Amino acid sequence: MLLPALILVIIFSYIPMYGVVIAFQNFNPALGLFGNQEWCGWNNFISLFELPNTWHVIWNTVYLASMKMFLGIITAVGVSLLINEVKLKWYKRYVQTVIYLPNFLSWIILSGIFINILSPQDGIVNNIIAALGGDKIFFLGDNTWFPRILIATDVWKNFGFGTIVYLASISSIDLQLYEAAEIDGANRLHKMRFITLPGMKMIIVLMMVLSLGNVLNAGFDQVFNLYSSVVLESGDILDTLVFRLGIGEAQYSIATAAGLFKSAVSLFLISASYLWAYKFANYRIF
Amino acid sequence: MIGPLRTKLKKLDVFTVVNTTILFGITLICLLPIINIVAISFSSKTAAAAGEVAFWPKEFTIAAYKFLLRRTEFWRAMGVTLKRVALGGCLTMLITLLTAYPLSKSESEFRGRTAFTWIFFFTSLFGGGLIPGYILITQLGLMDSIWALVLPAGVQVFNIVVLLNFFRQIPKALEEAAIIDGANHLTILFRIFVPNSLPAIATITLFVMVGHWNSWFDGLLFMNFPENYPLQTFLQTMIIGKDFSIISWSDVIGRNEISEKTVQSAQIFIGALPIMMVYPFLQNYFVKGLIIGSVKE
Repeated sequence: MLLPALILVIIFSYIPMYGVVIAFQNFNPALGLFGNQEWCGWNNFISLFELPNTWHVIWNTVYLASMKMFLGIITAVGVSLLINEVKLKWYKRYVQTVIYLPNFLSWIILSGIFINILSPQDGIVNNIIAALGGDKIFFLGDNTWFPRILIATDVWKNFGFGTIVYLASISSIDLQLYEAAEIDGANRLHKMRFITLPGMKMIIVLMMVLSLGNVLNAGFDQVFNLYSSVVLESGDILDTLVFRLGIGEAQYSIATAAGLFKSAVSLFLISASYLWAYKFANYRIF
Repeated sequence: MIGPLRTKLKKLDVFTVVNTTILFGITLICLLPIINIVAISFSSKTAAAAGEVAFWPKEFTIAAYKFLLRRTEFWRAMGVTLKRVALGGCLTMLITLLTAYPLSKSESEFRGRTAFTWIFFFTSLFGGGLIPGYILITQLGLMDSIWALVLPAGVQVFNIVVLLNFFRQIPKALEEAAIIDGANHLTILFRIFVPNSLPAIATITLFVMVGHWNSWFDGLLFMNFPENYPLQTFLQTMIIGKDFSIISWSDVIGRNEISEKTVQSAQIFIGALPIMMVYPFLQNYFVKGLIIGSVKE
Protein backbone atom coordinates (compact mmCIF):
# COMPACT_ATOMS: atom_id res chain seq x y z
CA MET A 1 0.00 0.00 0.00
CA LEU A 2 2.91 2.30 0.68
CA LEU A 3 4.58 1.56 -2.63
CA PRO A 4 3.03 4.28 -4.86
CA ALA A 5 3.74 6.98 -2.30
CA LEU A 6 7.28 5.70 -1.74
CA ILE A 7 8.07 5.75 -5.45
CA LEU A 8 6.71 9.28 -5.86
CA VAL A 9 8.56 10.54 -2.81
CA ILE A 10 11.86 9.03 -3.96
CA ILE A 11 11.53 10.52 -7.43
CA PHE A 12 10.09 13.92 -6.61
CA SER A 13 11.57 14.59 -3.16
CA TYR A 14 14.69 12.53 -2.57
CA ILE A 15 16.26 12.88 -6.02
CA PRO A 16 15.96 16.69 -5.83
CA MET A 17 17.50 16.46 -2.37
CA TYR A 18 20.43 14.66 -3.94
CA GLY A 19 20.28 17.39 -6.58
CA VAL A 20 21.65 19.92 -4.11
CA VAL A 21 25.09 18.66 -5.19
CA ILE A 22 24.60 21.11 -8.07
CA ALA A 23 25.55 23.78 -5.53
CA PHE A 24 29.03 22.28 -5.34
CA GLN A 25 29.48 21.85 -9.09
CA ASN A 26 29.98 23.97 -12.15
CA PHE A 27 26.75 22.48 -13.38
CA ASN A 28 26.37 21.75 -17.05
CA PRO A 29 22.70 20.94 -17.78
CA ALA A 30 23.60 18.94 -20.88
CA LEU A 31 25.26 16.29 -18.69
CA GLY A 32 22.27 15.97 -16.38
CA LEU A 33 21.78 15.47 -12.63
CA PHE A 34 23.76 12.24 -12.49
CA GLY A 35 26.31 13.25 -15.09
CA ASN A 36 30.02 13.56 -14.57
CA GLN A 37 30.06 17.20 -13.47
CA GLU A 38 33.00 19.35 -12.57
CA TRP A 39 33.21 19.92 -8.81
CA CYS A 40 34.13 23.28 -7.37
CA GLY A 41 33.78 23.00 -3.60
CA TRP A 42 32.25 26.00 -1.85
CA ASN A 43 32.99 28.41 -4.67
CA ASN A 44 29.32 28.94 -5.53
CA PHE A 45 28.54 29.89 -1.96
CA ILE A 46 31.47 32.29 -1.92
CA SER A 47 30.27 33.96 -5.12
CA LEU A 48 26.71 34.02 -3.77
CA PHE A 49 27.69 35.91 -0.64
CA GLU A 50 29.92 38.20 -2.62
CA LEU A 51 26.95 39.36 -4.69
CA PRO A 52 26.21 42.92 -3.58
CA ASN A 53 22.61 42.22 -2.58
CA THR A 54 22.63 38.83 -0.93
CA TRP A 55 22.80 39.96 2.70
CA HIS A 56 20.26 42.65 2.03
CA VAL A 57 17.92 40.08 0.50
CA ILE A 58 18.31 37.82 3.52
CA TRP A 59 17.46 40.76 5.77
CA ASN A 60 14.36 41.56 3.69
CA THR A 61 13.29 37.93 3.91
CA VAL A 62 13.65 37.68 7.69
CA TYR A 63 12.04 41.07 8.26
CA LEU A 64 9.00 40.43 6.06
CA ALA A 65 8.48 36.89 7.34
CA SER A 66 8.73 37.89 11.00
CA MET A 67 6.42 40.87 10.66
CA LYS A 68 3.83 38.82 8.81
CA MET A 69 3.90 36.09 11.44
CA PHE A 70 3.85 38.42 14.43
CA LEU A 71 1.06 40.70 13.19
CA GLY A 72 -0.80 37.70 11.78
CA ILE A 73 -0.91 35.96 15.15
CA ILE A 74 -1.92 39.12 17.01
CA THR A 75 -4.73 39.85 14.56
CA ALA A 76 -6.02 36.29 14.62
CA VAL A 77 -6.03 36.16 18.41
CA GLY A 78 -7.77 39.53 18.66
CA VAL A 79 -10.47 38.62 16.15
CA SER A 80 -10.99 35.25 17.84
CA LEU A 81 -11.68 37.03 21.12
CA LEU A 82 -14.29 39.19 19.40
CA ILE A 83 -15.92 36.27 17.56
CA ASN A 84 -16.10 34.32 20.80
CA GLU A 85 -18.31 37.05 22.29
CA VAL A 86 -20.88 36.88 19.49
CA LYS A 87 -24.05 35.27 20.79
CA LEU A 88 -26.08 35.32 17.58
CA LYS A 89 -25.39 32.05 15.80
CA TRP A 90 -26.07 33.20 12.26
CA TYR A 91 -23.94 36.31 12.69
CA LYS A 92 -21.04 34.27 14.01
CA ARG A 93 -21.30 31.99 11.04
CA TYR A 94 -21.47 34.92 8.62
CA VAL A 95 -18.32 36.47 10.10
CA GLN A 96 -16.42 33.19 9.98
CA THR A 97 -17.47 32.38 6.43
CA VAL A 98 -16.37 35.78 5.19
CA ILE A 99 -13.01 35.93 6.94
CA TYR A 100 -12.01 32.44 5.80
CA LEU A 101 -12.57 33.39 2.15
CA PRO A 102 -9.30 35.22 1.30
CA ASN A 103 -7.29 32.22 2.47
CA PHE A 104 -8.72 30.12 -0.35
CA LEU A 105 -7.94 32.57 -3.16
CA SER A 106 -4.59 32.36 -4.92
CA TRP A 107 -2.05 35.16 -4.91
CA ILE A 108 -2.68 35.47 -8.63
CA ILE A 109 -6.29 36.46 -8.02
CA LEU A 110 -5.40 38.60 -5.03
CA SER A 111 -2.47 40.30 -6.74
CA GLY A 112 -4.75 41.10 -9.64
CA ILE A 113 -7.18 42.66 -7.18
CA PHE A 114 -4.57 44.59 -5.20
CA ILE A 115 -2.75 45.88 -8.28
CA ASN A 116 -6.11 47.20 -9.39
CA ILE A 117 -7.32 48.82 -6.20
CA LEU A 118 -3.91 50.24 -5.27
CA SER A 119 -3.22 51.67 -8.72
CA PRO A 120 -2.05 55.30 -8.63
CA GLN A 121 -4.09 56.12 -11.75
CA ASP A 122 -7.57 54.74 -11.19
CA GLY A 123 -7.41 52.55 -8.09
CA ILE A 124 -10.18 53.03 -5.58
CA VAL A 125 -7.83 53.51 -2.62
CA ASN A 126 -6.05 56.42 -4.28
CA ASN A 127 -9.37 57.84 -5.42
CA ILE A 128 -10.51 57.92 -1.83
CA ILE A 129 -7.21 59.51 -0.73
CA ALA A 130 -7.57 62.13 -3.47
CA ALA A 131 -11.19 62.81 -2.54
CA LEU A 132 -10.08 63.44 1.03
CA GLY A 133 -7.53 65.93 -0.25
CA GLY A 134 -4.39 63.78 0.10
CA ASP A 135 -1.67 63.05 -2.42
CA LYS A 136 -1.89 59.87 -4.45
CA ILE A 137 0.53 57.16 -3.39
CA PHE A 138 2.18 54.62 -5.71
CA PHE A 139 1.88 51.85 -3.12
CA LEU A 140 3.51 49.12 -5.17
CA GLY A 141 6.26 51.31 -6.57
CA ASP A 142 7.53 52.97 -3.43
CA ASN A 143 10.17 51.38 -1.23
CA THR A 144 8.61 52.70 1.98
CA TRP A 145 5.12 51.51 1.16
CA PHE A 146 5.85 48.24 -0.61
CA PRO A 147 6.92 46.19 2.47
CA ARG A 148 3.95 47.57 4.41
CA ILE A 149 1.60 46.48 1.65
CA LEU A 150 3.18 43.02 1.59
CA ILE A 151 2.71 42.64 5.33
CA ALA A 152 -0.81 44.10 5.39
CA THR A 153 -2.12 42.04 2.49
CA ASP A 154 -0.59 38.87 3.91
CA VAL A 155 -2.27 39.46 7.27
CA TRP A 156 -5.49 40.26 5.40
CA LYS A 157 -5.33 36.93 3.55
CA ASN A 158 -4.43 34.69 6.47
CA PHE A 159 -5.78 36.04 9.77
CA GLY A 160 -9.27 34.63 9.27
CA PHE A 161 -8.11 31.11 8.74
CA GLY A 162 -5.77 31.53 11.70
CA THR A 163 -8.75 32.08 14.00
CA ILE A 164 -9.83 28.42 13.61
CA VAL A 165 -7.08 27.20 15.91
CA TYR A 166 -7.66 29.91 18.51
CA LEU A 167 -11.44 29.47 18.53
CA ALA A 168 -10.91 25.75 19.06
CA SER A 169 -8.70 26.44 22.05
CA ILE A 170 -11.24 28.88 23.49
CA SER A 171 -13.95 26.24 23.28
CA SER A 172 -11.91 23.97 25.52
CA ILE A 173 -11.77 26.48 28.39
CA ASP A 174 -13.64 25.30 31.50
CA LEU A 175 -17.05 27.03 31.65
CA GLN A 176 -17.02 26.97 35.45
CA LEU A 177 -14.30 29.62 35.38
CA TYR A 178 -16.72 32.01 33.69
CA GLU A 179 -19.51 31.19 36.16
CA ALA A 180 -17.21 31.80 39.12
CA ALA A 181 -16.10 35.12 37.63
CA GLU A 182 -19.72 36.19 37.12
CA ILE A 183 -20.47 35.58 40.78
CA ASP A 184 -17.46 37.75 41.61
CA GLY A 185 -19.02 40.50 39.49
CA ALA A 186 -16.87 40.28 36.38
CA ASN A 187 -18.24 41.84 33.19
CA ARG A 188 -17.56 40.54 29.68
CA LEU A 189 -14.40 42.58 29.22
CA HIS A 190 -13.05 41.27 32.52
CA LYS A 191 -13.81 37.71 31.51
CA MET A 192 -12.16 38.22 28.13
CA ARG A 193 -9.07 39.70 29.72
CA PHE A 194 -8.68 37.40 32.72
CA ILE A 195 -10.11 34.06 31.57
CA THR A 196 -10.26 33.70 27.79
CA LEU A 197 -6.92 35.29 26.96
CA PRO A 198 -4.94 33.42 29.65
CA GLY A 199 -6.71 30.24 28.53
CA MET A 200 -5.21 30.74 25.06
CA LYS A 201 -1.69 31.36 26.33
CA MET A 202 -0.49 27.85 25.57
CA ILE A 203 -1.73 27.79 21.99
CA ILE A 204 -0.39 31.29 21.27
CA VAL A 205 3.09 30.35 22.47
CA LEU A 206 2.86 27.12 20.49
CA MET A 207 1.89 28.90 17.28
CA MET A 208 4.73 31.38 17.73
CA VAL A 209 7.26 28.61 18.29
CA LEU A 210 6.04 26.62 15.30
CA SER A 211 6.20 29.68 13.05
CA LEU A 212 9.93 29.98 13.76
CA GLY A 213 10.58 27.45 11.03
CA ASN A 214 9.15 29.86 8.47
CA VAL A 215 11.55 32.73 9.10
CA LEU A 216 13.03 32.34 5.63
CA ASN A 217 9.63 31.90 3.96
CA ALA A 218 8.60 35.43 3.13
CA GLY A 219 5.95 34.33 0.63
CA PHE A 220 7.19 33.79 -2.91
CA ASP A 221 3.75 33.76 -4.52
CA GLN A 222 2.86 37.12 -3.07
CA VAL A 223 6.15 38.95 -3.63
CA PHE A 224 6.71 37.57 -7.11
CA ASN A 225 3.30 38.76 -8.27
CA LEU A 226 3.41 42.19 -6.67
CA TYR A 227 7.00 43.33 -7.00
CA SER A 228 8.78 45.09 -9.84
CA SER A 229 12.30 46.32 -10.47
CA VAL A 230 11.69 49.63 -8.67
CA VAL A 231 10.96 47.93 -5.35
CA LEU A 232 13.68 45.27 -5.47
CA GLU A 233 15.53 47.11 -2.73
CA SER A 234 12.75 46.66 -0.19
CA GLY A 235 10.94 43.65 -1.59
CA ASP A 236 13.45 41.17 -2.97
CA ILE A 237 13.50 37.94 -0.95
CA LEU A 238 15.54 34.72 -1.12
CA ASP A 239 12.98 32.83 -3.17
CA THR A 240 12.62 35.54 -5.80
CA LEU A 241 16.42 35.84 -5.96
CA VAL A 242 16.70 32.09 -6.57
CA PHE A 243 14.09 32.33 -9.32
CA ARG A 244 15.79 35.22 -11.11
CA LEU A 245 19.25 33.69 -10.85
CA GLY A 246 18.21 30.15 -11.68
CA ILE A 247 15.32 30.33 -14.11
CA GLY A 248 15.83 33.88 -15.36
CA GLU A 249 19.57 33.80 -15.91
CA ALA A 250 20.14 29.99 -15.96
CA GLN A 251 22.88 30.29 -13.32
CA TYR A 252 21.89 26.90 -11.92
CA SER A 253 24.78 26.41 -9.52
CA ILE A 254 24.59 29.72 -7.67
CA ALA A 255 20.79 29.54 -7.53
CA THR A 256 20.96 26.02 -6.07
CA ALA A 257 23.48 27.27 -3.53
CA ALA A 258 21.07 30.01 -2.47
CA GLY A 259 18.23 27.49 -2.29
CA LEU A 260 20.36 25.07 -0.27
CA PHE A 261 21.32 27.84 2.15
CA LYS A 262 17.63 28.49 2.70
CA SER A 263 16.70 24.80 3.06
CA ALA A 264 19.55 24.08 5.46
CA VAL A 265 18.78 27.00 7.76
CA SER A 266 15.06 26.14 7.63
CA LEU A 267 15.74 22.49 8.49
CA PHE A 268 17.64 23.63 11.57
CA LEU A 269 14.94 26.10 12.60
CA ILE A 270 12.03 23.72 12.03
CA SER A 271 13.71 20.93 13.97
CA ALA A 272 14.51 23.31 16.82
CA SER A 273 10.96 24.64 16.91
CA TYR A 274 9.41 21.15 16.91
CA LEU A 275 11.74 20.04 19.70
CA TRP A 276 10.91 23.15 21.66
CA ALA A 277 7.18 22.75 21.10
CA TYR A 278 7.41 19.12 22.19
CA LYS A 279 9.29 20.02 25.37
CA PHE A 280 7.10 22.92 26.47
CA ALA A 281 3.69 22.04 25.13
CA ASN A 282 4.02 18.30 24.63
CA TYR A 283 3.18 18.94 20.99
CA ARG A 284 3.51 15.94 18.71
CA ILE A 285 2.95 15.82 14.99
CA PHE A 286 2.26 12.11 14.67
CA MET B 1 -35.74 44.63 40.76
CA ILE B 2 -36.52 45.97 37.30
CA GLY B 3 -34.01 48.84 37.59
CA PRO B 4 -30.77 46.86 38.01
CA LEU B 5 -31.92 44.29 35.46
CA ARG B 6 -32.45 47.00 32.92
CA THR B 7 -29.03 48.57 33.47
CA LYS B 8 -27.50 45.15 33.16
CA LEU B 9 -29.25 44.61 29.83
CA LYS B 10 -28.17 48.05 28.68
CA LYS B 11 -24.52 47.38 29.56
CA LEU B 12 -24.65 44.13 27.68
CA ASP B 13 -26.10 45.90 24.70
CA VAL B 14 -23.32 48.49 24.43
CA PHE B 15 -20.74 45.73 24.42
CA THR B 16 -22.69 43.68 21.90
CA VAL B 17 -23.28 46.63 19.61
CA VAL B 18 -19.60 47.67 19.62
CA ASN B 19 -18.43 44.10 19.12
CA THR B 20 -20.91 43.44 16.31
CA THR B 21 -19.92 46.68 14.60
CA ILE B 22 -16.19 45.99 14.77
CA LEU B 23 -16.68 42.51 13.36
CA PHE B 24 -18.91 43.85 10.62
CA GLY B 25 -16.15 46.31 9.71
CA ILE B 26 -13.65 43.45 9.56
CA THR B 27 -15.87 41.45 7.22
CA LEU B 28 -16.21 44.53 5.02
CA ILE B 29 -12.42 44.83 4.84
CA CYS B 30 -12.33 41.23 3.65
CA LEU B 31 -15.09 41.64 1.09
CA LEU B 32 -14.76 45.13 -0.37
CA PRO B 33 -11.63 44.52 -2.49
CA ILE B 34 -13.39 41.57 -4.11
CA ILE B 35 -16.65 43.46 -4.56
CA ASN B 36 -14.76 46.32 -6.20
CA ILE B 37 -13.34 44.00 -8.86
CA VAL B 38 -16.72 42.38 -9.49
CA ALA B 39 -18.30 45.84 -9.84
CA ILE B 40 -15.64 46.91 -12.33
CA SER B 41 -16.13 43.76 -14.39
CA PHE B 42 -19.82 44.61 -14.82
CA SER B 43 -19.21 48.29 -15.57
CA SER B 44 -18.72 50.12 -18.81
CA LYS B 45 -15.29 50.96 -20.13
CA THR B 46 -15.65 54.70 -19.53
CA ALA B 47 -16.89 54.34 -15.96
CA ALA B 48 -14.03 51.95 -15.13
CA ALA B 49 -11.40 54.17 -16.73
CA ALA B 50 -12.68 57.24 -14.91
CA GLY B 51 -12.32 55.38 -11.61
CA GLU B 52 -15.99 55.97 -10.84
CA VAL B 53 -16.79 52.40 -9.93
CA ALA B 54 -16.77 51.64 -6.22
CA PHE B 55 -18.86 48.77 -4.94
CA TRP B 56 -21.72 48.77 -7.40
CA PRO B 57 -21.44 48.49 -11.20
CA LYS B 58 -21.81 51.73 -13.12
CA GLU B 59 -23.48 51.67 -16.53
CA PHE B 60 -24.12 47.95 -16.06
CA THR B 61 -22.99 45.70 -18.90
CA ILE B 62 -21.95 42.09 -19.35
CA ALA B 63 -19.84 42.90 -22.39
CA ALA B 64 -16.61 41.81 -20.72
CA TYR B 65 -18.04 38.38 -20.00
CA LYS B 66 -19.49 38.06 -23.49
CA PHE B 67 -16.05 38.89 -24.84
CA LEU B 68 -14.36 36.29 -22.62
CA LEU B 69 -16.88 33.66 -23.61
CA ARG B 70 -15.47 33.72 -27.11
CA ARG B 71 -11.77 33.70 -26.13
CA THR B 72 -10.48 30.22 -26.91
CA GLU B 73 -7.22 30.87 -25.01
CA PHE B 74 -9.14 31.46 -21.82
CA TRP B 75 -11.24 28.32 -22.12
CA ARG B 76 -8.30 26.18 -23.14
CA ALA B 77 -6.52 27.26 -19.94
CA MET B 78 -9.70 26.50 -17.99
CA GLY B 79 -9.68 23.03 -19.58
CA VAL B 80 -6.11 22.36 -18.46
CA THR B 81 -7.06 23.41 -14.94
CA LEU B 82 -10.15 21.18 -14.84
CA LYS B 83 -8.03 18.30 -16.04
CA ARG B 84 -5.39 18.80 -13.37
CA VAL B 85 -8.00 19.26 -10.63
CA ALA B 86 -9.74 15.99 -11.59
CA LEU B 87 -6.61 13.96 -12.24
CA GLY B 88 -4.58 15.42 -9.38
CA GLY B 89 -7.50 15.25 -6.96
CA CYS B 90 -8.07 11.54 -7.61
CA LEU B 91 -4.40 10.60 -7.57
CA THR B 92 -3.55 12.51 -4.41
CA MET B 93 -6.60 11.29 -2.53
CA LEU B 94 -5.97 7.66 -3.46
CA ILE B 95 -2.34 7.93 -2.38
CA THR B 96 -3.27 9.78 0.81
CA LEU B 97 -5.73 7.03 1.81
CA LEU B 98 -3.40 4.18 0.89
CA THR B 99 -0.50 5.77 2.79
CA ALA B 100 -2.31 7.02 5.88
CA TYR B 101 -3.83 3.59 6.58
CA PRO B 102 -0.63 1.58 7.21
CA LEU B 103 1.05 4.51 8.93
CA SER B 104 -1.87 4.81 11.37
CA LYS B 105 -1.02 1.38 12.78
CA SER B 106 1.19 1.01 15.83
CA GLU B 107 4.73 -0.29 15.50
CA SER B 108 3.66 -3.67 16.91
CA GLU B 109 0.99 -4.13 14.21
CA PHE B 110 3.16 -2.91 11.35
CA ARG B 111 6.90 -3.21 11.80
CA GLY B 112 8.84 -0.41 10.19
CA ARG B 113 5.93 1.98 10.55
CA THR B 114 8.02 4.59 12.37
CA ALA B 115 10.85 4.40 9.85
CA PHE B 116 8.43 4.80 6.93
CA THR B 117 6.72 7.72 8.65
CA TRP B 118 10.08 9.44 8.98
CA ILE B 119 10.90 8.86 5.31
CA PHE B 120 7.74 10.77 4.44
CA PHE B 121 7.97 13.34 7.19
CA PHE B 122 11.55 14.28 6.40
CA THR B 123 10.46 15.58 3.00
CA SER B 124 8.45 18.26 4.79
CA LEU B 125 11.53 19.34 6.75
CA PHE B 126 14.01 19.54 3.92
CA GLY B 127 13.78 19.95 0.19
CA GLY B 128 16.17 20.24 -2.68
CA GLY B 129 14.76 23.57 -3.72
CA LEU B 130 13.66 25.05 -6.98
CA ILE B 131 16.52 24.30 -9.35
CA PRO B 132 17.06 20.55 -8.73
CA GLY B 133 13.30 20.04 -9.01
CA TYR B 134 13.18 21.95 -12.26
CA ILE B 135 16.11 20.04 -13.74
CA LEU B 136 14.57 16.75 -12.67
CA ILE B 137 11.36 17.50 -14.56
CA THR B 138 13.28 18.46 -17.70
CA GLN B 139 15.35 15.28 -17.48
CA LEU B 140 12.28 13.10 -16.96
CA GLY B 141 10.89 14.57 -20.16
CA LEU B 142 7.79 15.78 -18.38
CA MET B 143 7.99 19.33 -19.72
CA ASP B 144 4.67 20.37 -21.25
CA SER B 145 2.98 17.29 -19.85
CA ILE B 146 0.00 17.41 -17.50
CA TRP B 147 1.83 14.88 -15.32
CA ALA B 148 4.40 17.51 -14.38
CA LEU B 149 1.56 19.32 -12.62
CA VAL B 150 0.04 16.22 -11.05
CA LEU B 151 2.76 13.76 -10.00
CA PRO B 152 4.98 16.04 -7.86
CA ALA B 153 1.87 16.98 -5.84
CA GLY B 154 0.89 13.33 -5.44
CA VAL B 155 2.23 12.81 -1.93
CA GLN B 156 1.17 15.55 0.46
CA VAL B 157 2.67 14.76 3.82
CA PHE B 158 0.66 17.24 5.85
CA ASN B 159 -2.61 15.74 4.61
CA ILE B 160 -1.38 12.21 5.23
CA VAL B 161 -0.54 13.16 8.82
CA VAL B 162 -3.95 14.76 9.37
CA LEU B 163 -5.70 11.67 8.03
CA LEU B 164 -3.58 9.17 9.94
CA ASN B 165 -4.29 11.00 13.19
CA PHE B 166 -7.98 10.80 12.29
CA PHE B 167 -7.76 7.08 11.51
CA ARG B 168 -6.29 6.44 14.94
CA GLN B 169 -9.44 7.64 16.64
CA ILE B 170 -11.57 5.00 15.00
CA PRO B 171 -12.45 2.36 17.61
CA LYS B 172 -10.27 -0.73 17.34
CA ALA B 173 -13.28 -2.99 17.90
CA LEU B 174 -14.67 -2.17 14.43
CA GLU B 175 -11.49 -3.33 12.78
CA GLU B 176 -11.20 -6.45 14.93
CA ALA B 177 -14.76 -7.45 14.10
CA ALA B 178 -14.01 -7.08 10.40
CA ILE B 179 -10.87 -9.20 10.68
CA ILE B 180 -12.88 -11.96 12.32
CA ASP B 181 -15.26 -11.78 9.37
CA GLY B 182 -12.27 -12.37 7.11
CA ALA B 183 -11.77 -8.85 5.75
CA ASN B 184 -8.39 -7.91 4.29
CA HIS B 185 -6.67 -4.55 4.72
CA LEU B 186 -8.12 -2.97 1.58
CA THR B 187 -11.63 -3.92 2.67
CA ILE B 188 -11.01 -2.55 6.15
CA LEU B 189 -9.68 0.70 4.71
CA PHE B 190 -12.52 1.30 2.28
CA ARG B 191 -15.42 -0.25 4.19
CA ILE B 192 -14.59 0.85 7.74
CA PHE B 193 -11.97 3.61 7.88
CA VAL B 194 -13.20 5.69 4.95
CA PRO B 195 -16.91 5.79 5.94
CA ASN B 196 -15.91 6.67 9.49
CA SER B 197 -13.70 9.59 8.59
CA LEU B 198 -15.75 11.42 5.99
CA PRO B 199 -15.28 14.89 7.55
CA ALA B 200 -11.50 14.53 7.39
CA ILE B 201 -11.59 13.11 3.87
CA ALA B 202 -13.93 15.87 2.68
CA THR B 203 -11.60 18.47 4.20
CA ILE B 204 -8.49 17.03 2.60
CA THR B 205 -10.19 16.61 -0.76
CA LEU B 206 -11.24 20.26 -0.60
CA PHE B 207 -7.70 21.39 0.15
CA VAL B 208 -6.17 19.21 -2.54
CA MET B 209 -8.60 20.44 -5.19
CA VAL B 210 -8.28 24.08 -4.16
CA GLY B 211 -4.51 23.62 -4.22
CA HIS B 212 -4.63 22.35 -7.79
CA TRP B 213 -7.03 25.07 -8.86
CA ASN B 214 -4.80 27.77 -7.38
CA SER B 215 -1.41 26.44 -8.54
CA TRP B 216 0.32 28.62 -11.08
CA PHE B 217 4.06 28.44 -10.51
CA ASP B 218 4.47 24.86 -11.73
CA GLY B 219 2.61 25.81 -14.89
CA LEU B 220 4.97 28.71 -15.45
CA LEU B 221 8.03 26.52 -14.84
CA PHE B 222 7.12 23.30 -16.59
CA MET B 223 5.06 24.49 -19.55
CA ASN B 224 7.00 25.94 -22.45
CA PHE B 225 3.94 26.60 -24.57
CA PRO B 226 1.23 28.97 -23.38
CA GLU B 227 -1.46 26.65 -24.74
CA ASN B 228 -0.53 24.22 -21.95
CA TYR B 229 -0.90 26.80 -19.19
CA PRO B 230 -3.48 26.12 -16.51
CA LEU B 231 -5.86 28.99 -15.78
CA GLN B 232 -3.93 30.56 -12.91
CA THR B 233 -0.68 30.58 -14.90
CA PHE B 234 -2.56 32.06 -17.83
CA LEU B 235 -3.95 34.78 -15.56
CA GLN B 236 -0.51 35.37 -14.06
CA THR B 237 1.11 36.01 -17.42
CA MET B 238 -1.83 38.13 -18.56
CA ILE B 239 -2.59 40.26 -15.55
CA ILE B 240 0.69 40.45 -13.70
CA GLY B 241 3.34 39.59 -16.25
CA LYS B 242 1.50 41.70 -18.82
CA ASP B 243 2.53 39.24 -21.49
CA PHE B 244 0.22 40.21 -24.31
CA SER B 245 1.75 37.86 -26.82
CA ILE B 246 -0.61 35.17 -25.54
CA ILE B 247 -3.82 36.95 -26.24
CA SER B 248 -4.28 39.63 -28.82
CA TRP B 249 -5.78 42.81 -27.50
CA SER B 250 -6.27 44.35 -30.90
CA ASP B 251 -9.94 43.42 -30.96
CA VAL B 252 -10.39 44.92 -27.50
CA ILE B 253 -8.94 48.27 -28.40
CA GLY B 254 -11.40 49.10 -31.13
CA ARG B 255 -14.48 48.51 -28.99
CA ASN B 256 -16.17 51.05 -26.86
CA GLU B 257 -17.94 48.92 -24.28
CA ILE B 258 -14.97 46.92 -22.92
CA SER B 259 -11.40 47.70 -21.97
CA GLU B 260 -8.40 45.77 -20.75
CA LYS B 261 -9.38 46.70 -17.22
CA THR B 262 -12.93 45.38 -17.35
CA VAL B 263 -11.87 42.17 -19.10
CA GLN B 264 -9.06 41.58 -16.57
CA SER B 265 -11.53 42.09 -13.74
CA ALA B 266 -13.92 39.61 -15.30
CA GLN B 267 -11.11 37.06 -15.60
CA ILE B 268 -10.12 37.56 -11.97
CA PHE B 269 -13.71 37.02 -10.89
CA ILE B 270 -14.14 33.86 -12.94
CA GLY B 271 -10.83 32.56 -11.54
CA ALA B 272 -12.13 33.05 -8.00
CA LEU B 273 -15.77 32.08 -8.52
CA PRO B 274 -15.64 28.28 -8.21
CA ILE B 275 -13.82 28.53 -4.90
CA MET B 276 -16.22 31.12 -3.53
CA MET B 277 -19.09 28.86 -4.46
CA VAL B 278 -17.72 25.62 -3.06
CA TYR B 279 -16.04 26.38 0.25
CA PRO B 280 -18.95 27.78 2.31
CA PHE B 281 -20.72 24.46 1.92
CA LEU B 282 -17.70 22.56 3.15
CA GLN B 283 -16.97 25.01 5.95
CA ASN B 284 -18.47 22.87 8.71
CA TYR B 285 -16.47 19.93 7.50
CA PHE B 286 -13.13 21.63 7.25
CA VAL B 287 -13.33 23.31 10.63
CA LYS B 288 -14.23 20.00 12.25
CA GLY B 289 -11.74 18.01 10.18
CA LEU B 290 -8.86 20.35 10.86
CA ILE B 291 -9.44 20.45 14.59
CA ILE B 292 -9.89 16.73 15.15
CA GLY B 293 -7.03 15.89 12.82
CA SER B 294 -4.52 18.23 14.34
CA VAL B 295 -5.42 18.41 18.02
CA LYS B 296 -4.40 15.35 19.98
CA GLU B 297 -4.39 14.62 23.65
